[in-house]
Amino acid sequence: MSAPYEEITDATEGKVYTVSGNDWTELVETLTGQQDEQLVVNMGPQHPSTHGVLRLVLNLDGETVTEARTVIGYLHTGIEKNMEFRTWTQGTTFVTRMDYLAPIFNETAYCLGVEKLLGITDRVPERAQAIRVMMMELTRISSHMVAIGTFGMELGATTPFLFGSREREMVLDVMEYITGLRMNMAYIRPGGVSVDLPAGAVDKVGELLKIMPQRIKDMRKMLDANPVYLARTKDVAYLDLTGCMALGITGPMLRAAGLPWDLRKSQPYCGYETYEFDVPTERTADVYGRYLVRMAEMEQSLKIIEQALDRLSGPLKGDRVMVDDKKIGWPAQLALGPDGLGNSPDHIAHIMSGSMEALIHHFKLVTEGFRVPAGQAFASVESPRGELGAHVVSDGGTRPYRVHFRDPSFTNLQAVPATCEGGMVADVISAVASIDPVMGGVDR
Amino acid sequence: MSSDNLPGVPEEPIARTGMFGATGTGDTSGYGRLVVRRKPELSTPRPYGGYFDTVADELERALGAELADAVERVVVDRGELTFHVRRERLVEVARTLRDDPALRFELSLGVSGVHYPHLEGEELHAVIHLCSITHNKRLRLEVSCPDADPHIPSTVSVYPTHDWHERETWDFFGIVFDGHPALTRIMMPDDWDGHPQRKDYPLGGIPVEYRGAEIPAPDQRRSYS
Repeated sequence: MSAPYEEITDATEGKVYTVSGNDWTELVETLTGQQDEQLVVNMGPQHPSTHGVLRLVLNLDGETVTEARTVIGYLHTGIEKNMEFRTWTQGTTFVTRMDYLAPIFNETAYCLGVEKLLGITDRVPERAQAIRVMMMELTRISSHMVAIGTFGMELGATTPFLFGSREREMVLDVMEYITGLRMNMAYIRPGGVSVDLPAGAVDKVGELLKIMPQRIKDMRKMLDANPVYLARTKDVAYLDLTGCMALGITGPMLRAAGLPWDLRKSQPYCGYETYEFDVPTERTADVYGRYLVRMAEMEQSLKIIEQALDRLSGPLKGDRVMVDDKKIGWPAQLALGPDGLGNSPDHIAHIMSGSMEALIHHFKLVTEGFRVPAGQAFASVESPRGELGAHVVSDGGTRPYRVHFRDPSFTNLQAVPATCEGGMVADVISAVASIDPVMGGVDR
Repeated sequence: MSSDNLPGVPEEPIARTGMFGATGTGDTSGYGRLVVRRKPELSTPRPYGGYFDTVADELERALGAELADAVERVVVDRGELTFHVRRERLVEVARTLRDDPALRFELSLGVSGVHYPHLEGEELHAVIHLCSITHNKRLRLEVSCPDADPHIPSTVSVYPTHDWHERETWDFFGIVFDGHPALTRIMMPDDWDGHPQRKDYPLGGIPVEYRGAEIPAPDQRRSYS
């Protein structure tokens, strides 16, 4: 018979039991009657409820968590470093991969920063702004749906996850129709968006607007007053306003603590000041409050999408979607050809047989990129998880000198010890899920 | 620049020469002698415009005569206000900004590092973005330290959220935040050598150890073509 564990070693902290596989019963038998009061448990980095590769080191006294330490970095991909070696436009392809549940927000924060440096913030066409708003709010719905769905699954209910995934899939279909990709679409570009809405996109979003309210209601019916759900979420992971401020928490967690702080209202960008919507808040400062805020935010997002859609199909129809500056705007209007999305046939005809200067211009702008005046700027957007800020530094060249992202997941994860210590080990799951961290954004 | 009829231009600092940043290659464009100078670093003169004057006035009132000693330069650029703070006074300035009722910058958006190898004596910068929810205002604090003495006092005592942000900046830039409760690496493995976001650190080209075996850097691997 093999040894019950892979390894038992003596460390300064005490005995270390490495368990991997189906030998939990044996571990319990061995530990029963041991005098150790403290049990240190590694939760993750490969644990289904840690939203990717988050590792929690929990000191347990019985079932009570006495100390919770968070270990991150398992998904670090060096996006910020890589961006320094690509052009400003290529940067969008990197940042879209950070917080992979809300790619449009990453792109928008980055592009707003670059536009600030270029000094073209006011010259971005209104149609591009309205498309950005619509795409951001669609993404907010899909992101919240995943947040609530996975949350349900982590508490042991699979139906919310299936519902959430189904709803997210609807949004992703729309994304695919508009941008050509479901995720990581690099759609928002410095100066506007990469391509105008294709024919039929307005109808597609309109369809979603018809179905989604009922779907949100279904989710509410399932969870709002579910006694099991309430027992697992009410008064769990309490973090009040003072705690939020000290730890720099933003987003639904802050609004669930009662502060109606939403950058779309307080420091509007992309023309959010012209849209009508509310900022939902709760006063409970617990997991259930955060859930309610997310649900209400999705309903508000639908309102914003509706307004944006009215503008896109009405007064802004046929408008430009890229800044009217040939030295910055991508030279080609992209078009869907038989072999996928690419340069439009008109543009190719123009540069290949019409104008030598246009060919040179296209070549220079695409290979070398545009220059951005030296300086630094900070632009932030209200992502589904909180304030997503981009600190963009230029030295006057065609590549970013330094780009740093203040990702809300990264900052909000610091609340794990504050919300988990002193609570039950089972509540760690709901606490982490209510933060809704996306490790791609945390580690970048 | 010896001719008398040319306008006087500052000799330093030079940002780049040539048109495309090419060195040693045949730049046949005729722009090889182009010299682009970097703007000297100056303080923005008053008035700053917008609410920036109010913030500066209030900070001056709160700090009194200390202000001239604490704040080296004030820069207003692209609609953003930056205070360049001397590192010795950073904690004091941050605490004033947070606690003074007229300032109340209660939310910090973290610390970001920037490495400027060409700025002698202030190569490493830590940039702090602050936000006042009470007054709906924003400002930026910039602190620098030389590469030879990469120490900046920690502001975790003022903004607890800086805990991870300062660890990240230490990890990537090697800035030591004195007084941080546990300044350890956060993104890179604990035994990693070097600080990857610095400009003297290459992109790629680092062999990686995985489960005891060393995986060579991409450019050192065998090629099968």
